[in-house]
Formats: sequence, structure tokens, C-alpha cells
Amino acid sequence: MIKLEGLTKVFKGHNIPAVKDLNLEVNEGDVCVLVGPSGCGKTTTMKMINRLYEPTGGKIYIRGEDALQMDPIKLRLDIGYVIQEIGLFPHMTIYENIATVPNEKQWPKDQVKEKVDNVMSLVGLDPEIFKNRYPSALSGGQRQRVGVARAMVSDPPIMLMDEPFGAVDPITRARLQNEFLRIQERVDKTIVFVTHDIDEAIKMSDTIAVMREGELVQHATPSDLLSAPADEFVSNLVGRNRSIKRLHLIRVSEILEEVDRAPALKEDTKEEEVKKRLDESDIRTVIVVDRDNKLKGVIGVNDLKRKTGEVAGDYFQEVSDTVTDDATLNDALSVMLEIGEGYVAVVNEDEKYQGTITLGDLLNVVREDS
Amino acid sequence: MDQLLGMAFDAFRAAGNGIESIAQAGDRGIIAHTIDYISRRSDLILELMLEHLWLVILTLIIAVTISVTIGIIISYYESLAQTVLGICQVLMVIPSMAMLAFMVPLFGIGFTTGVVALVLYSLLPVVRNTYTGIRELDPAIVEAAKGMGMTERRILFKIKIPLARPVIMAGVRTAAVMMIGIAAIAAYVGAGGLGELIFSGISRGHQPMIIAGAIGVSIIAIAFDYLLYYGEKRFSVEGSTREGN
Repeated sequence: MIKLEGLTKVFKGHNIPAVKDLNLEVNEGDVCVLVGPSGCGKTTTMKMINRLYEPTGGKIYIRGEDALQMDPIKLRLDIGYVIQEIGLFPHMTIYENIATVPNEKQWPKDQVKEKVDNVMSLVGLDPEIFKNRYPSALSGGQRQRVGVARAMVSDPPIMLMDEPFGAVDPITRARLQNEFLRIQERVDKTIVFVTHDIDEAIKMSDTIAVMREGELVQHATPSDLLSAPADEFVSNLVGRNRSIKRLHLIRVSEILEEVDRAPALKEDTKEEEVKKRLDESDIRTVIVVDRDNKLKGVIGVNDLKRKTGEVAGDYFQEVSDTVTDDATLNDALSVMLEIGEGYVAVVNEDEKYQGTITLGDLLNVVREDS
Repeated sequence: MDQLLGMAFDAFRAAGNGIESIAQAGDRGIIAHTIDYISRRSDLILELMLEHLWLVILTLIIAVTISVTIGIIISYYESLAQTVLGICQVLMVIPSMAMLAFMVPLFGIGFTTGVVALVLYSLLPVVRNTYTGIRELDPAIVEAAKGMGMTERRILFKIKIPLARPVIMAGVRTAAVMMIGIAAIAAYVGAGGLGELIFSGISRGHQPMIIAGAIGVSIIAIAFDYLLYYGEKRFSVEGSTREGN
């Protein structure tokens, strides 16, 4: 889909090239993350793909076509572009911001409207609420969503993202990352993603391209990068705690089936049954759900002793946090540490209970892998 | 326009009345004479005010068109910017009398000379504000626009100018107020306006004439600044929503 051949960029007045003889191929539907310390040329490389920077040497092929021969405006209109600072237009409403590219392409009005509404829902912004607001009325996370929506609205096959989640707090970042991966699963774009955060790279990528001083050091799948770093630079970048990093690679949903814990209890379960199940449980806790399988809370041994009613629904404790099934095992670990329990309940998008995973499950995964 | 004049005239009258009441309290000399003069020659004064206003409005339109264009051009050519701003600065520093005197051999005596001199004078504030207004935009906004595939022309008209507008308008207000003052001196080369009243007052030693002219100039200046300020505020309704949040 995207092929860079001997790509080189030397900025005016500099002797050392910012990017040197770079060869890289990104397959269709893949997320390729460029990662490396600041000044390694990752952003420069990305900006050459949509020709914000003109390469000094080398070739760029997009779907086999020579990008350097194409009209840069046309090229850019078909490449979604998201930057860390987002660059929303402060004098335009969210609607007008997102409609930028369709308007540049002169789409008919009703088609633009439909597309903007769709893409806003896709990134989790209610069009009716946010459409007519100005960017200054939005939180950082919401602005990032608008930035992504604006880049995706005309359904470009390729997207370039320069640290798109860099400017938000860690919790929002993890949420945006998960949402983005969920969207990507559906839309299957070819994405070049720039970050300096190796954890983010491992989590988001199909392949990782590690860069240093303008050169490509290693291009591999995250799993290969973790198990076989090309040199000391890469292994330092990846860090020593590689087993923990592996947790970024696996989604909660992938291990839920293997774990296969006993199903949750309904609210009307009697004491005896609760007791029995508590004895069987490896975490000495049972999960309580309502009739629609929505998570209500948990019952531990102590809760049963101090019970205030006849059925499970009367004396469960609310849980302070959960993970969604598309979160990574690393997210699950963070939540467990956060709530101080050896387990965490997993829910799906609609807050339906999916299962429970424990610290032991995570240990098993790490053990199997290494 | 009529309404505006009506307003100006009312203000003029009110000022006159105010002065009258002060005058009654003490020395009736010069102030009483001025009031007397204004009420006797109100039609002449009004006519000169109109002339003054016309000179300023025409000059402002020409000056803003030229200055904004220059400001936009130099925002693209950094190397040109310092030179151009330097020239504008020099133009502004030339004493107004000297500038008008320079113009006479080129354009003769009359309205045109006044307009040309005033345009040259008012270049700096608008050129400088247009230039800085555009240059100081958040680079991320321009980069995002470019990266999404907007043409340079569209970026200029849809992004840069609307965002730089408050700064440009501040320059226009400065230029307008300055111009109203200097326009009085332009009467020296026959450009007309309230300056005529002041100059003939000086040559005849007729103080009420001078004061009447000065009051007229002040009223125009204040009214203009006010109108431009509120015009800009009203024009940017969406701006208030934006900042209100």
C-alpha cells in the first residue's frame, strides 16, 4: 500500500540528513508505528508521505503509484491526517471542522451532513450535542476525537497520525487507544502512526519501525520485536520488562475463553447457592448480574457473613472499576492494581458481563509466552 | 449615513450646550463666542464635517485594501517583511506637513494630494497588524489545514484571514483615528474638511473658528473609533460564543 524506497531528507542548512536512505513497506490494512527518540526522523518520514516535506531523494509509492508525481493537494485529500496539537479551527463549529475535507472535495451538502453525523457517532461524539459547539467548549479527549473524525470523514484509505493521543492524560489515552483499535477493526485503514512511546507502539501496531538518527533500525511485528530485538538500541528501547510489555499485545477477550470461569450469579440466588459457589471460586468472590446480564457487583466471603437480606441482590458490593473486553491485559493489570484486588470483571461495550480474569491468568499468559 | 450625521450633529450640539453652561458660570469671553459662532455657522461646519468624513472614509477604504494586501504578501515572504515594514515605518515618521509638501509637486493642490498622503501615512498600522496577525496564528492550525489538502488560497481565505481579523481590525482602528487627525492638516494642501476652519481661524486670529474645527475633528474621531469597535464586535458574533465557553 505504502512503499518508501531510499527515502532521504536533508533540511536546508543542515549537513546531517534528517532521514537517510529509508526503505519501508506498509501493507494494506496494517498499522505501522514509527517509533524512536525525538529527532530520529519519524515525523519527517511521515510528513514526506503526504508531501508536507518534499523528499531530497528516494521514492514514495502509494498503491504502486509514484506519490511524488501526483498533485500534492489531491494526494493529501485522500490521506487522513491527525497531529498531536490537533489543529482544530477555533472559528468553526465541530461540524464545519469535520466537514473540511468533504467541502474541499465539493461533495453535495446532504452527503456531507450524513457523513459527518456517521463519523461523529463512530468516534463516540453525539452529533446532536456537539455539532454546533466550538472547539474551545470541548475537553482534550473530545478534541482528539474530533481530530480523528475530521481525518476519517471522507473515508481515506490511508491515515497518517503523529502522536495523536500524546496530549491527553493517561486514562483518556488508554480509552482513546482502545476505541481507535475498535474503529480500526471495522474500517481497516492503512495507518502510519508516529509515537515516542514504545508501549503505545506495541499496543497499536501490526508492525513497528524503530528509527534512530534518521535510519530504520528494525521493522518487525511487535511480538518479534520483543523476542528478537535487532541490536542493543532496540532492546534498550523495548526495556527490560519485556514480559510485562507482552501484556500490551493481548486483549482481554482473547484469554476470556481459556479462563472459563463459572458464570455469574443472578440477583435472586439464595444463600446456600452463593455459599457453594464461593467455596468453589478460586478468587473467593462471586459476580452478581441482573436479568440482562448487566454487572451489578460482587460478593466476597465477608459480605456473606454480614449479609443483610435473603438473596444475592440484597448484599452485593459495587465494584469500583471494570475493564472492557477490547482492553489489553496491561489495562486489566493496571485496574487490578488500582482497585487492589487480584481480579477484575470484564464487561463489553454495553456493560454486559463477559467474565472475570485474575492475576493468576495474567501470570499464566506471561509464562506461556516466555 | 444620514443617521450617522444626525448623531454627530446632535453630539455637536450637546457639546455646545455643555460649554455654554460652563460659560455662564464664569468667563463668557471665548466660550460664548465659540458657541455663538457654532450656532451661526452650523451649516458650514456640518458641510466641512461631511467633507472631512468623506476624505477619511475614502482614504480608509483605499488604505485598508492596499495595506491588507501588502500584509498578506509579506506574511508569505519573510525576507521581504522587514524591508516593507521598515519603509512603512519611515513613511509614518515623516512630519505630516513635510509629507503634504512633498505631494504637491506630484499631485498638485487639492483632494487627491490629501488622499495620497493620508494613505501613505496609514499603511504601517494595518500592514503590521495584518502581518503579525497571520504570522502569529497557531502553526498547528495551518499545518492541519495544509495536511488535509486545503489549497493555499483556501487556507488564506477560510483560515488565516478570519482568524487574524481581530488583530487586523485593531490596526484599522488605529489607522482611522490617526487619519482623522492628520486629515485636518490636509486642508493645508486644499483637501478640504474641518482643517479649513482651523487654518483660516489661525490666519485670521479667529479663535472660535479654531475651537469649532477642533471639536468637530474630535467628535468624528470618537464616533469612528466607537463604530469600528462595535462593528467588529457585532461582526464576530460567533467569536463571542467561542470565548463565552
